[in-house]
Amino acid sequence: MITIDRLTKRFGEVTVLKSLSLAVADGRVTAIVGPNAAGKTTLMKSIVGLTRPDSGSIMVDRVRVNGDERYRAGLGYMPQIARFPDNMTASELLALARDLRSGGAYPMTLDEELVERFDIASFARKPLRTLSGGTRQKVNAALAFLFSPSLLMLDEPTAGLDPVASSALKDKILKARAEHRTVLVTSHVMSELEELADDVVLLVDGEVRFSGSIHSLKGSTRQTTLERAVANMLSSRPVAA
Amino acid sequence: MSVVRTVFMYQLRDLVRSKWLVAYALFFFAAAEGLLRYGGDGSKALLSLATIVLFVVPLVTIVYGTVYLYQSREFTELLLAQPVRRGHLFIGLYLGITLALTLGVIAGIAIPFLVHRGFGDPVLRGAFGTLAFVAAALTCIFTAIACVIALKCEDRLRGLGAAIATWLAVALVYDGLVLILVAAFGDYPLERSVLAAMLANPVDLARVLMLLRFDNAALMGYTGAVFQRFFSGTGAFVAVAALLAWVGAPVYIGSRAFRRKDF
Repeated sequence: MITIDRLTKRFGEVTVLKSLSLAVADGRVTAIVGPNAAGKTTLMKSIVGLTRPDSGSIMVDRVRVNGDERYRAGLGYMPQIARFPDNMTASELLALARDLRSGGAYPMTLDEELVERFDIASFARKPLRTLSGGTRQKVNAALAFLFSPSLLMLDEPTAGLDPVASSALKDKILKARAEHRTVLVTSHVMSELEELADDVVLLVDGEVRFSGSIHSLKGSTRQTTLERAVANMLSSRPVAA
Repeated sequence: MSVVRTVFMYQLRDLVRSKWLVAYALFFFAAAEGLLRYGGDGSKALLSLATIVLFVVPLVTIVYGTVYLYQSREFTELLLAQPVRRGHLFIGLYLGITLALTLGVIAGIAIPFLVHRGFGDPVLRGAFGTLAFVAAALTCIFTAIACVIALKCEDRLRGLGAAIATWLAVALVYDGLVLILVAAFGDYPLERSVLAAMLANPVDLARVLMLLRFDNAALMGYTGAVFQRFFSGTGAFVAVAALLAWVGAPVYIGSRAFRRKDF
Protein backbone atom coordinates (compact mmCIF):
# COMPACT_ATOMS: atom_id res chain seq x y z
CA MET A 1 0.00 0.00 0.00
CA ILE A 2 1.40 3.38 -0.98
CA THR A 3 -0.06 6.42 0.67
CA ILE A 4 0.99 9.84 -0.49
CA ASP A 5 -0.05 12.83 1.55
CA ARG A 6 0.15 16.39 0.23
CA LEU A 7 3.38 15.82 -1.65
CA THR A 8 4.95 18.96 -3.08
CA LYS A 9 8.09 19.09 -5.18
CA ARG A 10 9.66 22.14 -6.78
CA PHE A 11 12.52 22.30 -9.23
CA GLY A 12 13.68 25.89 -9.04
CA GLU A 13 10.76 28.03 -10.13
CA VAL A 14 8.64 25.16 -11.37
CA THR A 15 6.33 23.30 -9.00
CA VAL A 16 6.17 19.82 -10.47
CA LEU A 17 3.97 18.16 -7.84
CA LYS A 18 1.36 20.34 -6.16
CA SER A 19 0.24 19.03 -2.80
CA LEU A 20 -0.53 15.68 -4.36
CA SER A 21 -2.39 13.06 -2.33
CA LEU A 22 -2.89 9.54 -3.57
CA ALA A 23 -3.43 5.98 -2.39
CA VAL A 24 -2.25 3.03 -4.45
CA ALA A 25 -3.87 -0.31 -3.67
CA ASP A 26 -1.93 -3.52 -3.13
CA GLY A 27 -2.02 -6.35 -5.62
CA ARG A 28 -3.21 -4.23 -8.51
CA VAL A 29 -1.64 -2.66 -11.55
CA THR A 30 -1.95 1.10 -11.42
CA ALA A 31 -1.24 3.15 -14.50
CA ILE A 32 0.00 6.71 -14.14
CA VAL A 33 -0.96 8.71 -17.18
CA GLY A 34 -0.95 12.34 -18.12
CA PRO A 35 0.39 14.81 -20.66
CA ASN A 36 4.11 15.44 -20.96
CA ALA A 37 5.61 17.25 -17.97
CA ALA A 38 2.64 16.34 -15.76
CA GLY A 39 4.98 14.99 -13.11
CA LYS A 40 4.71 11.24 -13.75
CA THR A 41 8.42 10.50 -13.57
CA THR A 42 8.92 12.83 -10.61
CA LEU A 43 6.15 11.01 -8.76
CA MET A 44 7.78 7.66 -9.52
CA LYS A 45 11.18 8.91 -8.47
CA SER A 46 9.77 10.34 -5.26
CA ILE A 47 8.40 6.94 -4.30
CA VAL A 48 11.73 5.29 -5.09
CA GLY A 49 13.43 7.97 -3.00
CA LEU A 50 15.49 9.44 -5.82
CA THR A 51 13.98 12.88 -5.46
CA ARG A 52 13.38 14.43 -2.09
CA PRO A 53 10.00 16.04 -1.43
CA ASP A 54 9.84 19.68 -0.37
CA SER A 55 6.85 18.87 1.81
CA GLY A 56 4.35 16.10 2.37
CA SER A 57 4.97 12.45 3.01
CA ILE A 58 5.09 9.12 1.23
CA MET A 59 4.44 5.86 3.06
CA VAL A 60 5.25 2.52 1.48
CA ASP A 61 3.73 -0.28 3.54
CA ARG A 62 3.55 2.07 6.51
CA VAL A 63 7.26 2.90 6.27
CA ARG A 64 7.94 6.55 5.60
CA VAL A 65 10.17 7.25 2.62
CA ASN A 66 12.75 9.56 4.12
CA GLY A 67 16.19 8.18 3.45
CA ASP A 68 15.92 4.81 5.16
CA GLU A 69 16.99 2.49 2.38
CA ARG A 70 15.58 -0.81 3.64
CA TYR A 71 12.12 -0.62 2.05
CA ARG A 72 13.83 -0.63 -1.34
CA ALA A 73 14.79 -4.27 -0.79
CA GLY A 74 11.19 -5.06 -1.77
CA LEU A 75 11.04 -2.59 -4.64
CA GLY A 76 11.93 -3.13 -8.27
CA TYR A 77 12.48 0.05 -10.27
CA MET A 78 12.82 0.29 -13.99
CA PRO A 79 13.87 3.81 -14.98
CA GLN A 80 12.96 5.38 -18.28
CA ILE A 81 16.50 5.55 -19.63
CA ALA A 82 18.76 2.55 -19.32
CA ARG A 83 22.31 3.85 -19.20
CA PHE A 84 25.15 2.03 -17.53
CA PRO A 85 28.88 2.58 -17.05
CA ASP A 86 30.81 2.30 -20.31
CA ASN A 87 32.69 -0.90 -19.70
CA MET A 88 30.31 -2.79 -17.47
CA THR A 89 28.72 -5.98 -18.75
CA ALA A 90 25.21 -7.26 -18.02
CA SER A 91 26.48 -10.15 -15.92
CA GLU A 92 28.56 -7.74 -13.84
CA LEU A 93 25.57 -5.47 -13.36
CA LEU A 94 23.33 -8.28 -12.17
CA ALA A 95 26.09 -9.57 -9.91
CA LEU A 96 26.59 -6.07 -8.53
CA ALA A 97 22.92 -5.77 -7.61
CA ARG A 98 23.15 -9.17 -5.94
CA ASP A 99 26.28 -8.21 -3.99
CA LEU A 100 24.68 -4.98 -2.80
CA ARG A 101 21.83 -6.96 -1.28
CA SER A 102 23.80 -9.84 0.14
CA GLY A 103 25.92 -7.32 2.07
CA GLY A 104 22.80 -5.90 3.66
CA ALA A 105 21.59 -9.43 4.46
CA TYR A 106 18.29 -8.99 2.63
CA PRO A 107 16.30 -12.10 1.83
CA MET A 108 16.91 -13.04 -1.77
CA THR A 109 14.40 -14.91 -3.82
CA LEU A 110 15.81 -14.66 -7.31
CA ASP A 111 13.38 -14.51 -10.20
CA GLU A 112 15.35 -15.07 -13.37
CA GLU A 113 12.42 -15.62 -15.69
CA LEU A 114 13.07 -12.42 -17.67
CA VAL A 115 16.81 -13.05 -17.71
CA GLU A 116 16.01 -16.31 -19.47
CA ARG A 117 13.22 -15.08 -21.73
CA PHE A 118 15.31 -12.15 -22.95
CA ASP A 119 18.24 -14.54 -23.37
CA ILE A 120 20.51 -12.17 -21.52
CA ALA A 121 23.17 -14.88 -21.30
CA SER A 122 23.80 -14.46 -25.03
CA PHE A 123 25.15 -10.93 -24.57
CA ALA A 124 25.98 -10.96 -20.86
CA ARG A 125 29.74 -10.67 -21.43
CA LYS A 126 29.63 -7.75 -23.85
CA PRO A 127 30.07 -4.21 -22.55
CA LEU A 128 26.63 -2.65 -22.15
CA ARG A 129 27.74 0.39 -24.16
CA THR A 130 28.01 -1.77 -27.28
CA LEU A 131 24.42 -3.02 -26.98
CA SER A 132 21.42 -1.38 -28.63
CA GLY A 133 19.00 0.74 -26.63
CA GLY A 134 16.35 -1.95 -26.70
CA THR A 135 18.77 -4.61 -25.51
CA ARG A 136 19.84 -2.41 -22.62
CA GLN A 137 16.18 -1.92 -21.80
CA LYS A 138 15.87 -5.71 -21.51
CA VAL A 139 18.67 -5.73 -18.94
CA ASN A 140 16.91 -2.89 -17.16
CA ALA A 141 13.66 -4.87 -17.00
CA ALA A 142 15.31 -8.11 -15.92
CA LEU A 143 17.03 -6.24 -13.10
CA ALA A 144 13.76 -4.71 -11.88
CA PHE A 145 12.17 -8.15 -11.56
CA LEU A 146 15.27 -9.99 -10.36
CA PHE A 147 14.64 -9.92 -6.62
CA SER A 148 10.93 -10.82 -6.72
CA PRO A 149 9.92 -7.39 -5.41
CA SER A 150 6.49 -6.91 -3.88
CA LEU A 151 6.32 -3.44 -5.45
CA LEU A 152 7.26 -2.79 -9.07
CA MET A 153 7.80 0.69 -10.42
CA LEU A 154 8.05 0.72 -14.20
CA ASP A 155 8.65 3.99 -16.03
CA GLU A 156 7.81 3.59 -19.72
CA PRO A 157 8.81 -0.08 -19.56
CA THR A 158 8.10 -1.13 -23.13
CA ALA A 159 9.65 1.91 -24.85
CA GLY A 160 12.29 0.64 -27.25
CA LEU A 161 11.47 -3.04 -26.83
CA ASP A 162 10.68 -5.21 -29.83
CA PRO A 163 7.22 -6.87 -29.93
CA VAL A 164 8.51 -10.20 -28.62
CA ALA A 165 10.29 -8.66 -25.65
CA SER A 166 7.46 -6.25 -25.06
CA SER A 167 4.88 -9.02 -24.81
CA ALA A 168 7.18 -11.09 -22.60
CA LEU A 169 7.41 -8.12 -20.27
CA LYS A 170 3.65 -7.63 -20.30
CA ASP A 171 3.14 -11.30 -19.48
CA LYS A 172 5.48 -10.82 -16.57
CA ILE A 173 3.56 -7.79 -15.32
CA LEU A 174 0.29 -9.69 -15.44
CA LYS A 175 1.92 -12.60 -13.67
CA ALA A 176 3.14 -10.27 -10.94
CA ARG A 177 -0.42 -9.09 -10.46
CA ALA A 178 -1.66 -12.67 -10.29
CA GLU A 179 0.88 -13.17 -7.50
CA HIS A 180 -0.72 -10.24 -5.69
CA ARG A 181 2.19 -7.90 -6.17
CA THR A 182 1.72 -4.17 -6.67
CA VAL A 183 2.71 -2.60 -9.96
CA LEU A 184 2.95 1.08 -10.83
CA VAL A 185 3.46 1.76 -14.49
CA THR A 186 3.68 4.83 -16.70
CA SER A 187 3.29 4.77 -20.44
CA HIS A 188 2.15 6.89 -23.31
CA VAL A 189 0.63 3.92 -25.05
CA MET A 190 -2.95 3.80 -23.74
CA SER A 191 -3.87 0.55 -25.47
CA GLU A 192 -1.02 -1.12 -23.62
CA LEU A 193 -2.19 0.22 -20.27
CA GLU A 194 -5.71 -0.87 -21.04
CA GLU A 195 -4.35 -4.39 -21.40
CA LEU A 196 -2.36 -4.26 -18.16
CA ALA A 197 -3.86 -1.91 -15.65
CA ASP A 198 -6.73 -2.13 -13.18
CA ASP A 199 -6.55 1.41 -11.91
CA VAL A 200 -5.57 4.65 -13.51
CA VAL A 201 -4.19 7.86 -12.05
CA LEU A 202 -4.44 10.85 -14.32
CA LEU A 203 -1.90 13.54 -13.51
CA VAL A 204 -2.22 17.03 -14.93
CA ASP A 205 0.21 19.77 -13.96
CA GLY A 206 1.30 17.97 -10.82
CA GLU A 207 -2.21 17.35 -9.56
CA VAL A 208 -4.37 14.25 -9.57
CA ARG A 209 -7.23 14.84 -12.02
CA PHE A 210 -8.62 11.33 -11.69
CA SER A 211 -7.85 8.30 -9.59
CA GLY A 212 -9.89 5.10 -9.76
CA SER A 213 -10.49 2.02 -11.82
CA ILE A 214 -10.24 2.13 -15.59
CA HIS A 215 -13.79 0.88 -15.68
CA SER A 216 -15.13 3.83 -13.68
CA LEU A 217 -13.08 6.29 -15.79
CA LYS A 218 -14.65 4.93 -18.95
CA GLY A 219 -18.08 4.98 -17.32
CA SER A 220 -17.87 8.55 -16.10
CA THR A 221 -16.63 9.83 -19.46
CA ARG A 222 -18.95 7.53 -21.45
CA GLN A 223 -16.06 6.35 -23.64
CA THR A 224 -15.17 2.84 -24.72
CA THR A 225 -11.39 3.04 -24.79
CA LEU A 226 -8.93 4.32 -22.21
CA GLU A 227 -7.32 6.62 -24.75
CA ARG A 228 -10.58 8.37 -25.53
CA ALA A 229 -11.56 8.47 -21.88
CA VAL A 230 -8.28 10.16 -20.94
CA ALA A 231 -8.50 12.56 -23.86
CA ASN A 232 -12.05 13.38 -22.85
CA MET A 233 -10.93 13.97 -19.27
CA LEU A 234 -8.11 16.24 -20.37
CA SER A 235 -10.33 18.42 -22.51
CA SER A 236 -13.05 18.83 -19.89
CA ARG A 237 -13.35 20.32 -16.44
CA PRO A 238 -12.19 18.29 -13.41
CA VAL A 239 -14.63 15.59 -12.34
CA ALA A 240 -14.86 14.20 -8.85
CA ALA A 241 -13.98 10.54 -8.97
CA MET B 1 29.95 -0.72 4.99
CA SER B 2 29.86 -3.66 2.62
CA VAL B 3 27.99 -1.40 0.21
CA VAL B 4 31.00 0.92 0.11
CA ARG B 5 33.28 -2.00 -0.67
CA THR B 6 31.01 -3.46 -3.33
CA VAL B 7 30.50 -0.16 -5.17
CA PHE B 8 34.17 0.67 -4.85
CA MET B 9 35.36 -2.65 -6.26
CA TYR B 10 33.01 -2.52 -9.23
CA GLN B 11 33.97 1.01 -10.04
CA LEU B 12 37.62 0.30 -9.77
CA ARG B 13 37.24 -2.60 -12.16
CA ASP B 14 35.25 -0.44 -14.54
CA LEU B 15 37.76 2.42 -14.47
CA VAL B 16 40.89 0.31 -14.79
CA ARG B 17 39.57 -0.86 -18.16
CA SER B 18 38.87 2.67 -19.33
CA LYS B 19 41.12 3.79 -22.16
CA TRP B 20 41.37 7.27 -20.70
CA LEU B 21 42.86 5.95 -17.52
CA VAL B 22 45.30 3.80 -19.45
CA ALA B 23 46.30 6.85 -21.50
CA TYR B 24 46.78 8.79 -18.27
CA ALA B 25 49.10 6.14 -16.86
CA LEU B 26 50.97 5.88 -20.18
CA PHE B 27 51.48 9.64 -20.24
CA PHE B 28 53.26 9.55 -16.88
CA PHE B 29 55.12 6.44 -17.92
CA ALA B 30 56.40 8.18 -21.05
CA ALA B 31 57.30 11.34 -19.13
CA ALA B 32 59.18 9.44 -16.43
CA GLU B 33 60.89 7.18 -18.95
CA GLY B 34 61.97 10.12 -21.11
CA LEU B 35 63.23 12.17 -18.19
CA LEU B 36 65.19 9.27 -16.75
CA ARG B 37 66.74 8.50 -20.09
CA TYR B 38 67.65 12.03 -21.16
CA GLY B 39 67.14 14.20 -18.13
CA GLY B 40 70.31 13.54 -16.13
CA ASP B 41 70.46 11.96 -12.70
CA GLY B 42 67.55 10.51 -10.79
CA SER B 43 66.80 13.44 -8.53
CA LYS B 44 66.84 15.93 -11.39
CA ALA B 45 64.47 13.73 -13.36
CA LEU B 46 62.28 13.41 -10.32
CA LEU B 47 62.15 17.18 -9.88
CA SER B 48 61.09 17.70 -13.50
CA LEU B 49 58.57 14.93 -13.10
CA ALA B 50 57.21 16.65 -9.99
CA THR B 51 56.58 19.79 -12.04
CA ILE B 52 54.61 17.75 -14.55
CA VAL B 53 52.69 15.97 -11.80
CA LEU B 54 51.77 19.25 -10.09
CA PHE B 55 50.47 20.62 -13.36
CA VAL B 56 48.78 17.62 -14.95
CA VAL B 57 47.33 15.66 -12.01
CA PRO B 58 44.98 18.43 -10.80
CA LEU B 59 43.85 19.19 -14.36
CA VAL B 60 43.15 15.63 -15.44
CA THR B 61 41.67 14.63 -12.09
CA ILE B 62 39.21 17.49 -11.86
CA VAL B 63 38.13 17.26 -15.51
CA TYR B 64 37.98 13.47 -15.67
CA GLY B 65 36.30 13.28 -12.27
CA THR B 66 33.61 15.75 -13.30
CA VAL B 67 32.95 14.06 -16.64
CA TYR B 68 32.92 10.61 -15.07
CA LEU B 69 30.42 11.64 -12.41
CA TYR B 70 28.12 13.14 -15.01
CA GLN B 71 28.39 9.98 -17.05
CA SER B 72 27.59 7.74 -14.12
CA ARG B 73 24.49 9.71 -13.24
CA GLU B 74 22.06 7.08 -14.56
CA PHE B 75 24.11 4.35 -12.97
CA THR B 76 23.92 6.19 -9.66
CA GLU B 77 20.14 6.33 -10.05
CA LEU B 78 20.12 2.63 -10.66
CA LEU B 79 22.14 1.94 -7.52
CA LEU B 80 19.97 4.30 -5.50
CA ALA B 81 16.95 2.21 -6.41
CA GLN B 82 18.63 -0.66 -4.55
CA PRO B 83 18.56 -0.88 -0.77
CA VAL B 84 21.65 1.29 -0.47
CA ARG B 85 22.30 4.19 1.85
CA ARG B 86 23.23 7.35 -0.02
CA GLY B 87 26.18 8.22 2.19
CA HIS B 88 27.72 4.79 1.64
CA LEU B 89 27.19 5.00 -2.09
CA PHE B 90 28.92 8.37 -2.25
CA ILE B 91 31.96 7.14 -0.36
CA GLY B 92 32.13 4.07 -2.62
CA LEU B 93 31.94 6.21 -5.77
CA TYR B 94 34.51 8.69 -4.48
CA LEU B 95 37.00 6.05 -3.38
CA GLY B 96 36.62 4.19 -6.68
CA ILE B 97 37.52 7.19 -8.86
CA THR B 98 40.22 8.39 -6.48
CA LEU B 99 41.98 5.08 -6.18
CA ALA B 100 41.82 4.36 -9.92
CA LEU B 101 43.36 7.74 -10.77
CA THR B 102 45.97 7.41 -8.02
CA LEU B 103 46.96 3.98 -9.29
CA GLY B 104 47.21 5.40 -12.81
CA VAL B 105 49.68 8.15 -11.93
CA ILE B 106 51.72 6.16 -9.43
CA ALA B 107 52.05 3.10 -11.68
CA GLY B 108 53.03 5.44 -14.53
CA ILE B 109 55.89 7.06 -12.65
CA ALA B 110 56.99 4.08 -10.57
CA ILE B 111 57.60 1.55 -13.34
CA PRO B 112 60.37 3.50 -15.15
CA PHE B 113 62.08 4.20 -11.83
CA LEU B 114 61.99 0.54 -10.90
CA VAL B 115 63.32 -0.49 -14.30
CA HIS B 116 66.08 2.11 -14.59
CA ARG B 117 67.41 2.85 -11.17
CA GLY B 118 65.79 0.61 -8.70
CA PHE B 119 65.25 2.27 -5.39
CA GLY B 120 68.71 1.66 -3.95
CA ASP B 121 69.46 5.30 -3.17
CA PRO B 122 67.62 6.21 0.06
CA VAL B 123 67.45 9.93 -0.82
CA LEU B 124 65.89 9.12 -4.16
CA ARG B 125 63.56 6.69 -2.44
CA GLY B 126 62.44 9.36 0.01
CA ALA B 127 61.93 11.89 -2.74
CA PHE B 128 59.97 9.38 -4.79
CA GLY B 129 57.86 8.64 -1.73
CA THR B 130 57.06 12.34 -1.34
CA LEU B 131 56.18 12.62 -5.01
CA ALA B 132 53.86 9.62 -4.74
CA PHE B 133 52.26 11.08 -1.62
CA VAL B 134 51.79 14.45 -3.29
CA ALA B 135 50.29 12.84 -6.41
CA ALA B 136 47.88 10.80 -4.28
CA ALA B 137 46.90 13.81 -2.15
CA LEU B 138 46.27 16.00 -5.21
CA THR B 139 44.16 13.23 -6.74
CA CYS B 140 42.07 12.93 -3.56
CA ILE B 141 41.59 16.71 -3.38
CA PHE B 142 40.69 17.35 -7.00
CA THR B 143 38.40 14.33 -7.29
CA ALA B 144 36.54 15.61 -4.24
CA ILE B 145 36.25 19.07 -5.81
CA ALA B 146 35.04 17.40 -9.02
CA CYS B 147 32.34 15.67 -6.96
CA VAL B 148 31.17 18.95 -5.52
CA ILE B 149 31.06 20.57 -8.97
CA ALA B 150 29.24 17.66 -10.64
CA LEU B 151 26.68 17.46 -7.83
CA LYS B 152 25.98 21.16 -7.51
CA CYS B 153 25.90 21.92 -11.22
CA GLU B 154 23.11 20.30 -13.23
CA ASP B 155 24.34 21.62 -16.58
CA ARG B 156 27.20 19.43 -17.75
CA LEU B 157 28.85 22.05 -19.92
CA ARG B 158 28.78 24.58 -17.14
CA GLY B 159 30.15 21.97 -14.74
CA LEU B 160 33.02 21.24 -17.08
CA GLY B 161 33.66 24.97 -17.36
CA ALA B 162 33.68 25.29 -13.58
CA ALA B 163 36.16 22.41 -13.34
CA ILE B 164 38.57 24.00 -15.80
CA ALA B 165 38.13 27.43 -14.20
CA THR B 166 38.91 25.96 -10.78
CA TRP B 167 42.06 24.36 -12.12
CA LEU B 168 43.15 27.60 -13.81
CA ALA B 169 42.54 29.52 -10.61
CA VAL B 170 44.47 27.13 -8.37
CA ALA B 171 47.28 26.17 -10.72
CA LEU B 172 47.99 29.44 -12.54
CA VAL B 173 46.08 32.53 -11.47
CA TYR B 174 46.71 32.06 -7.76
CA ASP B 175 50.49 32.02 -8.18
CA GLY B 176 50.31 35.08 -10.37
CA LEU B 177 48.38 36.98 -7.74
CA VAL B 178 50.78 35.94 -5.00
CA LEU B 179 53.72 37.06 -7.15
CA ILE B 180 52.11 40.42 -7.82
CA LEU B 181 51.53 40.88 -4.10
CA VAL B 182 55.11 39.93 -3.31
CA ALA B 183 56.42 42.32 -5.97
CA ALA B 184 54.20 45.16 -4.82
CA PHE B 185 54.86 44.77 -1.13
CA GLY B 186 58.43 43.49 -1.36
CA ASP B 187 59.63 46.06 1.16
CA TYR B 188 57.50 44.61 3.91
CA PRO B 189 58.05 41.38 5.83
CA LEU B 190 55.76 39.09 3.89
CA GLU B 191 56.93 35.65 4.92
CA ARG B 192 53.98 34.88 7.13
CA SER B 193 51.38 36.05 4.64
CA VAL B 194 53.03 34.16 1.81
CA LEU B 195 53.20 31.11 4.03
CA ALA B 196 49.50 31.45 4.74
CA ALA B 197 48.81 31.91 1.03
CA MET B 198 50.69 28.69 0.30
CA LEU B 199 48.70 26.74 2.87
CA ALA B 200 45.49 27.98 1.31
CA ASN B 201 46.28 26.46 -2.09
CA PRO B 202 46.74 22.69 -2.36
CA VAL B 203 48.89 22.90 -5.50
CA ASP B 204 51.28 25.38 -3.86
CA LEU B 205 51.36 23.29 -0.75
CA ALA B 206 52.25 20.21 -2.76
CA ARG B 207 54.89 22.13 -4.66
CA VAL B 208 56.56 23.39 -1.48
CA LEU B 209 56.52 19.94 0.08
CA MET B 210 58.16 18.62 -3.07
CA LEU B 211 60.80 21.32 -3.40
CA LEU B 212 61.88 21.05 0.20
CA ARG B 213 62.51 17.37 -0.37
CA PHE B 214 65.19 18.22 -2.92
CA ASP B 215 67.05 20.74 -0.79
CA ASN B 216 66.37 23.27 -3.46
CA ALA B 217 64.75 25.59 -0.98
CA ALA B 218 67.78 27.85 -1.16
CA LEU B 219 66.83 28.57 -4.77
CA MET B 220 63.64 30.11 -3.52
CA GLY B 221 65.57 32.84 -1.76
CA TYR B 222 64.78 34.31 1.58
CA THR B 223 61.23 33.02 1.70
CA GLY B 224 62.57 29.60 0.83
CA ALA B 225 64.63 29.67 3.98
CA VAL B 226 61.57 30.70 5.96
CA PHE B 227 59.67 27.77 4.51
CA GLN B 228 62.46 25.40 5.23
CA ARG B 229 62.50 26.49 8.85
CA PHE B 230 58.73 26.25 8.98
CA PHE B 231 58.42 22.88 7.26
CA SER B 232 61.23 21.15 9.10
CA GLY B 233 59.59 21.65 12.46
CA THR B 234 55.92 21.44 13.35
CA GLY B 235 55.34 23.04 9.96
CA ALA B 236 55.46 19.68 8.22
CA PHE B 237 52.53 18.57 10.34
CA VAL B 238 50.70 21.79 9.57
CA ALA B 239 51.33 21.28 5.86
CA VAL B 240 50.11 17.69 5.89
CA ALA B 241 47.14 18.69 8.03
CA ALA B 242 46.32 21.44 5.54
CA LEU B 243 46.42 18.92 2.71
CA LEU B 244 44.15 16.57 4.64
CA ALA B 245 41.76 19.44 5.32
CA TRP B 246 41.77 20.07 1.58
CA VAL B 247 40.62 16.49 1.10
CA GLY B 248 38.14 16.49 3.98
CA ALA B 249 36.28 19.72 3.25
CA PRO B 250 35.17 18.93 -0.33
CA VAL B 251 34.44 15.30 0.58
CA TYR B 252 32.16 16.53 3.36
CA ILE B 253 30.44 19.10 1.13
CA GLY B 254 30.10 16.54 -1.67
CA SER B 255 28.63 13.93 0.65
CA ARG B 256 26.09 16.41 2.00
CA ALA B 257 25.12 17.47 -1.51
CA PHE B 258 24.82 13.83 -2.56
CA ARG B 259 22.53 12.98 0.32
CA ARG B 260 20.21 15.87 -0.50
CA LYS B 261 20.28 15.70 -4.26
CA ASP B 262 17.34 14.94 -6.51
CA PHE B 263 18.34 12.30 -9.02
